[in-house]
Amino acid sequence: MSANLPKRILKETERLVADSPPGIEAHPHEDNLRYFDVKIDGPGGSAFEGGIFKLELFLPEDYPMAPPKVRFLTKIYHPNIDKLGRICLDILKDKWSPALQIRTVLLSVQALLGAPNPDDPLANDVAQHYKDDEKGAIAVSKEWTQKYAV
Amino acid sequence: MSSDGDEMDYDDFEFEDDEGIEDDNGSQTSIGEAYDAFDDGVAGKPVKKDPWDISYQPKSVEELQEEQKVLVDRVCGLIDSDPSTAATLLRHYHWNPEKLSDKFWEEPAKTLHAAGLSPPSSPSSSTKPLPASNNAKASSSRSRLEPVPTESFECPICCLEFEPEEIASQTLSLGCEHRFCKGCWTEYLERKILDEQESGRVQCMEDGCGRVVGERTVIALVNDKAKDRYRVLLDRTYVDDSPQLKWCPHPGCEYAVFCKESPARKLDQIIPIVHCACGNDFCFGCGFANNHQPLTCRYVKLWQKKCADDSETGNWLMANTKECTKCNATIEKNGGCNHMTCKKCRYEFCWVCQGDWQSHGTSWYNCNRFDEKTGQDARDSQAKSRASLQRYLHYFNRWANHEQSAKLDHQLYQKTERKMEEMQNGSDLTWIEVQFVKRAADVLLEARMSLKWTYAMAFYMKKDLSTEIFEDNQANLEQAVEALSEMLEKPIDATTIMQLKSDMVNKTNYVKKRAEIILDDTLKGHYESRWKFTDRD
Ligand SMILES: [Zn+2]
Ligand SMILES: [Zn+2]
Ligand SMILES: [Zn+2]
Ligand SMILES: [Zn+2]
Ligand SMILES: [Zn+2]
Ligand SMILES: [Zn+2]
Ligand SMILES: [Zn+2]
Repeated sequence: MSANLPKRILKETERLVADSPPGIEAHPHEDNLRYFDVKIDGPGGSAFEGGIFKLELFLPEDYPMAPPKVRFLTKIYHPNIDKLGRICLDILKDKWSPALQIRTVLLSVQALLGAPNPDDPLANDVAQHYKDDEKGAIAVSKEWTQKYAV
Repeated sequence: MSSDGDEMDYDDFEFEDDEGIEDDNGSQTSIGEAYDAFDDGVAGKPVKKDPWDISYQPKSVEELQEEQKVLVDRVCGLIDSDPSTAATLLRHYHWNPEKLSDKFWEEPAKTLHAAGLSPPSSPSSSTKPLPASNNAKASSSRSRLEPVPTESFECPICCLEFEPEEIASQTLSLGCEHRFCKGCWTEYLERKILDEQESGRVQCMEDGCGRVVGERTVIALVNDKAKDRYRVLLDRTYVDDSPQLKWCPHPGCEYAVFCKESPARKLDQIIPIVHCACGNDFCFGCGFANNHQPLTCRYVKLWQKKCADDSETGNWLMANTKECTKCNATIEKNGGCNHMTCKKCRYEFCWVCQGDWQSHGTSWYNCNRFDEKTGQDARDSQAKSRASLQRYLHYFNRWANHEQSAKLDHQLYQKTERKMEEMQNGSDLTWIEVQFVKRAADVLLEARMSLKWTYAMAFYMKKDLSTEIFEDNQANLEQAVEALSEMLEKPIDATTIMQLKSDMVNKTNYVKKRAEIILDDTLKGHYESRWKFTDRD
């Protein structure tokens, strides 16, 4: 498997494992080096503080020309993340640049946890809740974090 | 390919300051002005005769390319740049060379930046930035500009390494701070062009860098398939960027039409129908893929929406047969003409209103008019809504009937044509002599299309004295169309053909004249804002 893995992926993986950004962990699967188990700590001061969120990250055949596929595995109450864990993040879609890396993507996801954007929603009901009653919505996010992200 | 990499760094902003401004002949060529000549009407081109007529010009892909070339050359002269830079700037400034050049000489750096071009950091092309191999620190290494690199270079995308002497030929930067290997550029550009259908606005691979990849760079790097696609897409943006150009909406047609008047603001006064080089009409105002005169774009849209929303409409379209009002025998319509004769009881009636045909052939012809009294007399809301449905169905019936009749006319014409071909074999009729049937069918079709839209127009019109003339004209054309349509049904044989020919030629001319009368009057009325409309639903 690793024999025909591009040099770019090998280098990124090496650096990710040896020197991961604070609050982020990513490990490739033994049997598929394009598939990563990811853990992101909820940013301090956010409704997700104290939670550890599991994600999966997959590098498609045409990576880095195409963006990695990233999905939350841990249930989360967030306006830009839907029930299936899919994330609404511009750099994962039309704003992708091949110069971006797994590291930058995961940092952006972490930043999204710290700054939910209900004006660009993926989970419409959650976004509406955030707009109508931010306090109440944050309370639900905290509750879910306690319940699922431990 | 030895020094290509170096040259391409600057192909997007090559300036030769020593040459200064040069205006080759002082001509003011912009898209609009280039066509003033056509307003006078070149042979075979539409001639503008009334103020509500428009002048326009179909353009082939080759002509569009030639135009772009002329404008690019002009900008090269105006601002002293290479063609690739000029094209990128023109694309950003909507192909207006004068506006572009004014902006450019006011604020060159800002103008270039806005179009995704960065100004050269130095006038000499031998000093391009070369980022350090660690891309993360690239932006802080601005001062490390070396004419000949001494260090090897690692492409930040594929992580492959290049020796100092390979850098010039194997890697490329757009003049910004970001350098990548040519293999990565090629993969990136082919993907953008073939998968994402991008052309003139493809940006540097670095995240957040707005530097646009110039034409020459693209052409030098991508495969033939992507090159062809790129050129097609570029031509497309040329048309898409200009409000004075529109693609013909007919499937398979590659022409665009140029119309200088681009009368977006006058669409309640003018109906800018253009006749494309492919032989089809479309509306320059709303893109409708046919001639919708004499109804204005706004009400065509409303009408279509109403027809799509209304369930009665669907029911009508299902019905190809009706029952004879006298004996209830089922009668199928198989020609365009509305004059029906029941095979069983011989009752003659009108397909549209199901009234006695007698009145339809006379000056008492009233089939086109809706009696507005029905609605005014309605007392309660239920009666009112019934009356308003009746009113709608009156106009919709007539509108849809012409659409359907046109198809049936066409089938009849084809049958007749086949028959005449057979006759020709056994007689001395020439091909020219039998053209009168084709002409009749063509004139009939056009008249039906105009008539069709007069019914949608009548639906939205406020009735007053001027609409009476409109309805008279409509009735006259309706009768003429029916008579001509009926002639198409007549059996043809060698003994009757000369008589039929003379009758049909006369009738065709008459229909043409009646169609012109109603179109002239309605279009003039729009232009003078004589018609009053209500947005009823
Ligand atoms: Zn760049
Ligand atoms: Zn590369
Ligand atoms: Zn066409
Ligand atoms: Zn229109
Ligand atoms: Zn009958
Ligand atoms: Zn008939
Ligand atoms: Zn009738």
